[in-house]
Order: sequence, then C-alpha cells, then structure tokens
Amino acid sequence: MTGYQVAFIAAAAVTLVSAALVVTVPNILRAALFLAFAFLGVAALYVLANAEFLAAMQVLIYVGAITVLIMFAIVLTQQLMGARIRQTSRVRAMLAALPVAALMFAFLMKSFVKPFESAGGYVSGQPAAAGPGTLQEIARLLLQPYVLPFELASFILLAALVGAIVIAKEDRD
Amino acid sequence: MPPGQLPATAPVQWYLIVSAALFCIGLFGMMTRRNAIAMLMSIELMLNAANINLVAFSGYLASRTLAGQIFALFVIAIAAAEAAVGLAIVINVYRTLRHVNADEVNLMKW
Repeated sequence: MTGYQVAFIAAAAVTLVSAALVVTVPNILRAALFLAFAFLGVAALYVLANAEFLAAMQVLIYVGAITVLIMFAIVLTQQLMGARIRQTSRVRAMLAALPVAALMFAFLMKSFVKPFESAGGYVSGQPAAAGPGTLQEIARLLLQPYVLPFELASFILLAALVGAIVIAKEDRD
Repeated sequence: MPPGQLPATAPVQWYLIVSAALFCIGLFGMMTRRNAIAMLMSIELMLNAANINLVAFSGYLASRTLAGQIFALFVIAIAAAEAAVGLAIVINVYRTLRHVNADEVNLMKW
C-alpha cells in the first residue's frame, strides 16, 4: 500500500461518507455542510488524478459558490430552524429506494468497471505526469479546438444569470 | 514496472468504483428526499460522480489527452447555471406555496 493509495482511500472515504450523510441527515442545513465536505473530497480526488486546475475550480465553484447558493436558498425557504421538519420521506420509501440504488451500483460495476480490468490497450496503469504544461494545454484546448463550446458555455451562463434574477425577483405590483 | 510490484498509483478502477458509489448515493437521495433543495444537492452529487469519471479517464488514457478535463470543466459550468436557475425556481415556489416539498407541488397537474 503506497502513500498514494492511502491518500486515495482517505479522499474517497471523506467523499462517500459525507455524501451518504448529505442524503440521510434530517436537518437540511447540516446536509448542505456535509455537501461542502463531499465536494472537498472530490477536489482531493482530482489532485490525485493530476488535475490540479480542476481541483482549484472545484473548490472555487462548488465549495465556494454553489454551497453558499444552496445555504442562501435554505435560509430563504425554511422558516428558519425548520431544522426539526422531516426532510426525508417515510421509511417505506427509503426501503424501496435502497434496492434500486444498489441495483444501479451493481449495474455500473458490471458494465463500466469490469471491462477496464483487462483493457490494457486503452488505459495505462499510471496517471499522466502533470507537467508544468498542463494548464497551458487546457488553455490551448479551450481556445482552439473547443472554442465554440467555450463561447456557448459563457452564453448559457449569461442566460442562466438573467433567468435566475427574473425568476427569483419579487413582483411588487 | 517489474511484475509483482505495487504501482505507485491507484488503478483506474478505483476511481470508477468511487464514482459509481457516489452516483448511487446521489440517486438514493434523489428518490428519498422530499425537499426540492435537497434533491438539487443530490443532483450535484451525481454530476460530481460523472466528473470524477471524466477526470480519471483523462489522466489514465494512453493518448494523454486532456479532453476529459475540458469536458469536466464544461460540466461544472453547466452545473453552476443549473443550480442558480433551480434555486431561483425553488424560491419562487416557496413564495407561492410556502413550502418546497417536491411531491406537493402539483399546481400544473390535472
């Protein structure tokens, strides 16, 4: 067991435990806090996969922006300290959802994970070295071959921005 | 790497297993939560699971291309837009109905 693998297991454990708490704790404000920890765990996984730029973006956008946005929405909609209100549905629904999720997991393991045990030609065992050129390469890819999706994404963000303001704005007349 | 020696890194399947587990946790939350905000949080978890896959393949593919990371960046951008619009809708629903339970929002159902 190398140091890398210990770090991977630690990051994965933080991610999965926090995610499990996000979907099970009754208090939604706590769920949002655990969501931030799950996002941080995913950022650690990105670092381990040599995607430092993406890890930074994950921390900035998910931990920094989306979690805060969700917190704001909770504070605006739960008559505060609606903490006691039950957020999950009845136990029966949970019992019904558990086998569905387990079945999905089994399906994913069988169809996506299993083939890569013997796909030697396509996947090399080591992550690519994160040379100093990774960020430059991302910038080059974004501005040359992927420039159209890049511009489209900025347009979609603008549309979402305007749309969110219009939808959430209070009608005063 | 000589045979029989542990690699310095983890095999790509580890990332895939974590990603599959995270996706299923998100799916479970999506099915059991009643609060619309909690459902949005579950969706974010599932999007993150997909991103882990993309980033892992981006690093492990023999061609050493970074296209997977670019794709993950686009997913993050769209997820941010989705969260903003989704939460705006939730706030609007709360103004009208004074609650955000997704299973009780049936104004447009007949």
